Amino acid sequence: MKNSLRLAVTAASILAFGATGATAQVSDDVVRIGVLADMSGIYSDLSGKGAVEAVKMAAEDFGGTVLGKKIDVVFADHLNKPDVGAAKAREWFDTGSVDMINDLANSGVARAVAAVAKEKKRHIIVNGASNMGITNELCSPYAIHYAYDAYSLAHGTGKAVVEQGGKTWFFLTVDFAFGIGLEEQVSKVVRANGGRVAGAARHPLATTDFSSYVLQAQASKAEIIGVASTGADAVNAIRAAAEFGATKNQKLAALLLWIEDVHALGLPAAQGLLLTNAWYWDMNDDTRAFAKRFNERVGKMPNMAQAADYSSTMMYLNAVKAAGTDEPDAVSKKMREMKVSDMFTKNGTVRVDGRFVHDMYLWQVKTPAESKGPWDYLKQVSTIPAEQAFQPLSDSKCDLVKK
Amino acid sequence: MLSFPVSLRVSPAMKRGFFLVLLALLLAAPFFPQIIYPIFLMKMMCFALFACAFNLLLGHAGIVSFGHAAFFGGSAYITGYALRDLGWSTELAILAGVLFTTILGAAFGVLAIRRQGIYLAMITLALAQMVYFTFLQSSFTGAEDGMQPIPRGHLFGLVDLSDDSRLYFLVLACVIGGLWLVNRIVNSPFGEVLRAIREHEPRARSMGYAVDRYKIIAFALSAGLSGLAGSLKCVVFRLAALTDVHWHMSGDVILMTLLGGMNSVFGPAIGAVLISLLRHYFDALGAWVTVVIGIIFILCVLVFRRGVLGEINHLLSRRPATAVRPSKEEQNAQI
Amino acid sequence: MDIFGIPHQALMGQIMLGLVNGAFYAVLSLGLAIIFGLLRIVNFAHGAFFMLGAFVAFLVGRYFGIGYWPAMIIAPLVVGVAGILFERFALRRIYKLDPLYGLFLTFGLVLVLEGGFRVFMGSSGNPFPTPASMRGVVDLGFMMLPIYRGFVILMAVIVCAGTWIVIEKTRMGAYLRAATERPELTQAFGINVPILLTLTYGAGVALAGFAGVLAAPIQHVNPSMGSDLVIIVFAIVVIGGLGSVLGSAVTGLGLGVIEGLAKVYYSEASTTVVFLVMALVLLLRPAGLFGREES
Repeated sequence: MKNSLRLAVTAASILAFGATGATAQVSDDVVRIGVLADMSGIYSDLSGKGAVEAVKMAAEDFGGTVLGKKIDVVFADHLNKPDVGAAKAREWFDTGSVDMINDLANSGVARAVAAVAKEKKRHIIVNGASNMGITNELCSPYAIHYAYDAYSLAHGTGKAVVEQGGKTWFFLTVDFAFGIGLEEQVSKVVRANGGRVAGAARHPLATTDFSSYVLQAQASKAEIIGVASTGADAVNAIRAAAEFGATKNQKLAALLLWIEDVHALGLPAAQGLLLTNAWYWDMNDDTRAFAKRFNERVGKMPNMAQAADYSSTMMYLNAVKAAGTDEPDAVSKKMREMKVSDMFTKNGTVRVDGRFVHDMYLWQVKTPAESKGPWDYLKQVSTIPAEQAFQPLSDSKCDLVKK
Repeated sequence: MLSFPVSLRVSPAMKRGFFLVLLALLLAAPFFPQIIYPIFLMKMMCFALFACAFNLLLGHAGIVSFGHAAFFGGSAYITGYALRDLGWSTELAILAGVLFTTILGAAFGVLAIRRQGIYLAMITLALAQMVYFTFLQSSFTGAEDGMQPIPRGHLFGLVDLSDDSRLYFLVLACVIGGLWLVNRIVNSPFGEVLRAIREHEPRARSMGYAVDRYKIIAFALSAGLSGLAGSLKCVVFRLAALTDVHWHMSGDVILMTLLGGMNSVFGPAIGAVLISLLRHYFDALGAWVTVVIGIIFILCVLVFRRGVLGEINHLLSRRPATAVRPSKEEQNAQI
Repeated sequence: MDIFGIPHQALMGQIMLGLVNGAFYAVLSLGLAIIFGLLRIVNFAHGAFFMLGAFVAFLVGRYFGIGYWPAMIIAPLVVGVAGILFERFALRRIYKLDPLYGLFLTFGLVLVLEGGFRVFMGSSGNPFPTPASMRGVVDLGFMMLPIYRGFVILMAVIVCAGTWIVIEKTRMGAYLRAATERPELTQAFGINVPILLTLTYGAGVALAGFAGVLAAPIQHVNPSMGSDLVIIVFAIVVIGGLGSVLGSAVTGLGLGVIEGLAKVYYSEASTTVVFLVMALVLLLRPAGLFGREES
């Protein structure tokens, strides 16, 4: 009896010692999070400073330390260039002791960085980009696609519009991975629901004058003009469509619209548009509280990617804490076991392909009369439950998925 | 050439010593990654070679090309294609890129040298925009997303280059080889003829030189060496992207060359290093960096037209009593 | 009726839009051509001044409540003054050098202006409402043309014609032409050439600023709105013949139409077609369509 007690004590102390040993397993004695964002280009209002602040808020709210080690946040501008982004990520992993890279607005950059993360075996969490490659051909245990993706947008806005009777589509597509991927996804949805795609006009990134593309859309006689671009491109396309009277006979479907885009368009131009977002600041008390704090720091309301930057950073830090180390494989395992319930979502989980699965929502832009003040722009139309919002694992091209 | 007091001039021995110290530092660098990041060093070397190759035309032949991005980026795409899609060994892939851009450069030359000065610059810009368009539309380049991930491949099919330090020595060897070639070209009879053409084309023509052929060869050499730089950068970063073919890159290399000093062989390399350092260490400042680079550009044109190395040479060579303003002839290949 | 498989209506519509774009090109290339003609400077900052004009119109509206019509006068004036200052303190110092230094200097200015606006104004752009009296569309039968776009063509034609008259028919224009041909001789006749240069630069960039105001309601007011424009306009001036005022205006309109056609048949190539034309023109008619062969 006495012996067995001593044994138990010894065992417990060994366990305890083992645990303390594990707390020391933080590389370079710091958990460093890099925010790789568009700080100066066409998407800088969607990601940029707001993304950096959101991650910093998460680090502060977590207490500034994890496992007794400091949490450090660094950031850099990828200039919307895949080569710049990939080079920065490589450098951060090689010399900057960065453990996780967040935000990654711009699909091209996200794809390039995902390849680097896979090579270097370090974590990335994609919030700003939609490209399906992150959870398909480029998937790895180290990449998580958190906020939204092209599939969820297509199955949100695209499906809703088709169900409302928009059967023939013409796309105004921005000519790179993001736009083309989005067009593909929506086309699938349209066809699956008995619709038809009449054609597409591809325009370069950061196009200012959409008039000729709008004319092509008008000439197509399609019922719906699908805007497969975002940020300034989408804003310009929507304004041009209104200007040329396209909205008289045809309807617009903006496939990825951010709250900032609505802000830029103004409610008179944007009212009635449908959009799919994972998050809106005015959903409940938690979101409003976060938005208020964010607004005080940044001077505008957060969008879904910035909210996701915060939420995903929290998830990563919790996983580090739970794993007792920042060793990438252990953290990866923990993140895929956790359930996330916070102001961003309830009961969100990470799948084996790296897809963070959560509810998405379909919104409609309010009319000027409905809006009570600045940033009061959206009303909820429906909830897209998590299991329908994202690509089924059976369709995934990710080699981690066992078939 | 004017005569200079020997005491103030840099003797060839000192120059050689300087290069040896630099070489020793570069050879030692990969063993101290905590001081300087080897990949960044490789990037700087690529740009240094690019700028010096570009300056073959600008500084030594007096030809302004506003289309050198086509060579730098074009070569990267070809090398990337050979490595990723054809599975060639690294040296063959790089060679393919260089060969492609040498031919492309000759073609540019044939078309562009029909005109001079600003018209010539505009033709190169137009041609480069068409090259840009071709790569943008080609399916293998991944357009805006860039071509990635490109395997680094094996040198001679044997040495695995995925290890950064092995690659470092390959890049170092190629860049030194490239710079040596630039220096060799500039200080050869061929280089003399180029300068003669720059100074007074009709005179050179009347002396019996086939001016057009010299210019076209200069184009081809400059393009091929720029291509070597682009190919190396592609192998280092495992990626080829539109940035490198965009006309901004053509503007960048002009800036590097101006800043470093276009009347020297290695001045542009200094400009390339300075601009890279600025971009690298101050990129947290975002758009401010663009502003600062713009101001540097303006200052270079207004105040420091000789560039960094040119100013140094000027200071070293100035006679204390009668400070002679260097004329164009005087500033030829110094280092 | 189809033309090469494209409905007649769509084709006419695109040509009309091409004219609108061509109108911007015409006003911009006009300024660029005048500056090159007299100063021998390739003003790479032309697109940046275009952007500046749009921003001035936007900012005076936001902070002083000044409407579109007064802004149409104020913005070109502000841009003109900015240009005059730049000429006075920077450009003037390099006239004696190779014209390429002018290209480099103004390229530096582009970086400063674009970077500066990006720092202070963000990059996603600001909406600029079409003036109330210009809203609505006219049904041209083959397309719905927004009234404002028609107005842009009209204004561009007026401005180009006005500039041409000033240069060809007034005393001021005569000085200008004289100074372009023989600066020393003109100076000897008691005309203050340096001031003429300054004013010309100011007027040239003011035209760009004016085009910026015209463009503000059509495009977003954003820091990079002039950045790719400049090389297109540049190419147009080269096609027209560097320094040829009439040539650049006509070529501007023409290239706009060609671009419009390209958008119908091969839309991805629309941004490249101008360079193709430029390369062809330079090879076949090196001084440009309207230029004279220089010695």
